[in-house]
Amino acid sequence: MNILEAEGLTLSFGGIRALAEVSVAVPKGGITAIIGPNGAGKTSLFNAISGFYRPERGTIRFDGADVTRVPGHARAALGLARTFQNVSLFRGMTVLDNIKLGGHHRLRTGILGAMGYLGRAAAEESRLRDEIEREVIDFLEIDHIRDLPIDALAYGLQKRVELARALAMQPKVLMLDEPVAGMNREETEDMARFILDVQEERGITVMLVEHDMGLVMDISSHVVVLNFGQVIASGTPAEVRQNPAVIAAYLGEQAAKQRAA
Amino acid sequence: MDWLLLAEFSLVGLLSGGVLALIALGFVLVYKGTRVINFAMGEFMMIGAYLFWTANVFLKLPWWAALALTLAGIAVLGAVVERFVLRPLAGQPVISIVMATIGLGAVLHGVAEAVWGGANLSLPQLLPRTPLTLGEILLPGQVLWSFALAVALIAGFTAYFHLSKGGVSMRAAASDPVTAYAMGIDVRRTQRLTWMFAGVTGAVAGIIVASMTSLSPTLGTVALGVLAVIILGGLDSIAGAIVAGLIVGLLESLTVAFIGGQARDLVPYLVVLVILMVRPYGLFGTRDIERL
Amino acid sequence: MRIGDFHASYRHDEALFDTRVQRIWFGLLLAALAAFPFVGGSYLTYLACLLGIHLISAAGLNVMTGYTGLISLGHAAFMGVGCYTVAVAERAGIPFFLALPLAGATSAAIGLVVGIPSLRIKGLYFAVATLAAQFVLGFVFREWESVTGGVRGANVPAASLFGFELAGDRRIYFLIVPLAVAMLLGARNLFRTRVGRAFIAIRDRDISAEVLGISLFRYKLAAFAIGSFYAGVAGGLWGYFFRVATPELFGLPLSIFYLAAIIVGGLGSILGTILGATFMTLIPELLRAMVGWAEALGLKEAGVYLAPIRQVVFGLLIVGFLIFEPHGLAEMWRRVRRFFHLWPFRT
Repeated sequence: MNILEAEGLTLSFGGIRALAEVSVAVPKGGITAIIGPNGAGKTSLFNAISGFYRPERGTIRFDGADVTRVPGHARAALGLARTFQNVSLFRGMTVLDNIKLGGHHRLRTGILGAMGYLGRAAAEESRLRDEIEREVIDFLEIDHIRDLPIDALAYGLQKRVELARALAMQPKVLMLDEPVAGMNREETEDMARFILDVQEERGITVMLVEHDMGLVMDISSHVVVLNFGQVIASGTPAEVRQNPAVIAAYLGEQAAKQRAA
Repeated sequence: MDWLLLAEFSLVGLLSGGVLALIALGFVLVYKGTRVINFAMGEFMMIGAYLFWTANVFLKLPWWAALALTLAGIAVLGAVVERFVLRPLAGQPVISIVMATIGLGAVLHGVAEAVWGGANLSLPQLLPRTPLTLGEILLPGQVLWSFALAVALIAGFTAYFHLSKGGVSMRAAASDPVTAYAMGIDVRRTQRLTWMFAGVTGAVAGIIVASMTSLSPTLGTVALGVLAVIILGGLDSIAGAIVAGLIVGLLESLTVAFIGGQARDLVPYLVVLVILMVRPYGLFGTRDIERL
Repeated sequence: MRIGDFHASYRHDEALFDTRVQRIWFGLLLAALAAFPFVGGSYLTYLACLLGIHLISAAGLNVMTGYTGLISLGHAAFMGVGCYTVAVAERAGIPFFLALPLAGATSAAIGLVVGIPSLRIKGLYFAVATLAAQFVLGFVFREWESVTGGVRGANVPAASLFGFELAGDRRIYFLIVPLAVAMLLGARNLFRTRVGRAFIAIRDRDISAEVLGISLFRYKLAAFAIGSFYAGVAGGLWGYFFRVATPELFGLPLSIFYLAAIIVGGLGSILGTILGATFMTLIPELLRAMVGWAEALGLKEAGVYLAPIRQVVFGLLIVGFLIFEPHGLAEMWRRVRRFFHLWPFRT
């Protein structure tokens, strides 16, 4: 069962083809990795699925429904969450407030209710706080930094907070754009553990864009390889690793020939 | 329908749009160079006109000497503004820098009013008054000359930007400061030049406007109307500034013809609101594509 | 030296005044505000009323500009809308407790008209649109004689509650100040909820805000509507306080005044709004006093310089604070507080 299906996505910027007839099927409950050399179109694919870029051609189906026309800000309510390559936390707020923003689309407080902070607004905020503390802050072990401003955090922690914010959205599909970029071995292992826990314990489907091949091969159940805006291979990690087109894309034609020989 | 009257008003409108285009050029230069809308542009115009008045009317210097002194003075002002207001704010979000230009405008306005007083002063008639008659149509001399001057200046600047080494490096620094630095372009110098040029175009436009109407600290409000021109033309397009300047000039003139003098000042602001609804990036502006 | 706050529950952690000491101080403040007109004297009461109006207007502007990042150059015009609305409403016999909300609503409605075209696009277009609104509304104030009285302006009768007239500073104080306290609290509460957090998110990184499900257009419009509503109410109070509405009152210089107030006080902070409004209420009085001394010392013409000096001072405050203290007086206050909390330790 595929929770997300992209078919024939085509996207250009001026003369540059970012995506050319890309079709991807993301199995529900698994961890799907999107890999490829720099400039292959991985982040563009994420952006098309998030709704930032409207593809010129192609469709996107989420949980069976066609969401190609759904505007970007409405995709959160569908169950789609994502993180960004460059950490994009809100610097004017503390860690806790950033994470609370993950719950935004699930809350109902309006302007008047907010200004009065009576009854429903206060109750919603309390409930959100409880939920976040239990499900996210405890889980990701960030209780000691919850009141700190974002600028005071190390890079690795910032990435973890971004993950926390995405989890607070209670998504069905979690899209992580280079979650371990710039991390050392230990931080990478921690993050891998969190990702696996998220997938196993909460049944959230995970999509990853990553360059760290060790991580990809270790934890993914399904891998899609892009190059120059096209899908050149997809399958299990083992299958993809042997694929000559993939080897050629990463290591060059010579290496592919050597492997084949 | 008096076609002749319509034609006359239209031509006059297009011609007076020349000065608007010149002012718009000043805005576009700063925007292209720094991504900032310079809300103090009107005050540059006003200070330029006052400096000229001081040199020409008060100190009784001949017009060419007065002009040279004015331009030098304004260039210095532009450099000072860049060094002491803009550079300390480099790296801050655009909204802070824009607010700084608003504050700067207030300071210049107050200084002008304190030094030269709030009353109207008059500049001597600088542009020849002799009109041009095209058949039945009369085109006032001042408007024609202001158009010619504006065209000359705009052409000069455009040539500079495209043909001279200095101009090309300014465009490079505006488009990508970091790479420009790496290529050996002195980015700070180009920023300074940008502001000096903006000041100079403002000053010349200010002198032209003041000599056609009168000089007071409120001269700068004309520039706020020119914001409509740059929105119509596109914030970062020089060609857009020119075309839009002519169009707005035309619209203002036709408004005077058919609705009456009072509504004229309103035209640019209504234009802004309409354009934003219909074609927000203007006729020639580049749509921002954000890299995520 | 403060060691730390101990919170035993999340609800406690979320509260606005989380220590007993803070709550006591707040109570004392309210009591002091209530007693003020009886001990302060007429000049101070007048200033307090003026401050109350400035607080409401600056709070609205801070919500729009400081917290959400939308620069408005037309804030004064929206106050004008509120002021004229009150003038017209009183003429129609509508009492103040309906006229004031109506003033706010009318301003908010005009805010929607300006905001709907201009908030769809990112960038400085909104600022230019508000400037356009400032001039268009100014034109309307001057030319729509039948409603606004044109250049002469419109008179506003005293607010009256079933015959009891709120004439005189002491009486109107008890309308303005409680309203200011309530509206400031309302603004502060916004930022304890998802609405306020969304505003800040839009200012900081609007792309991420969208990913989280925040509709940029709707929330920016909401921020602008709130800001305009506050401006309208402040304008209405201005009408009841000064008893007149004229076009020159609500021009670009007043918009710049409020921008200066929130920059000096601190963008994105209610404390900043309070500090900035207070500072900016006192500055013109100080300048006026200085000009008075100058005249007394023999500079007879000094009075003529009052208006330009005000402009220069406001402009310098804006530029100076942006360069040297971008987070405003609120940040300076926080530094002082931190110093005293940690004393005798340094950090």
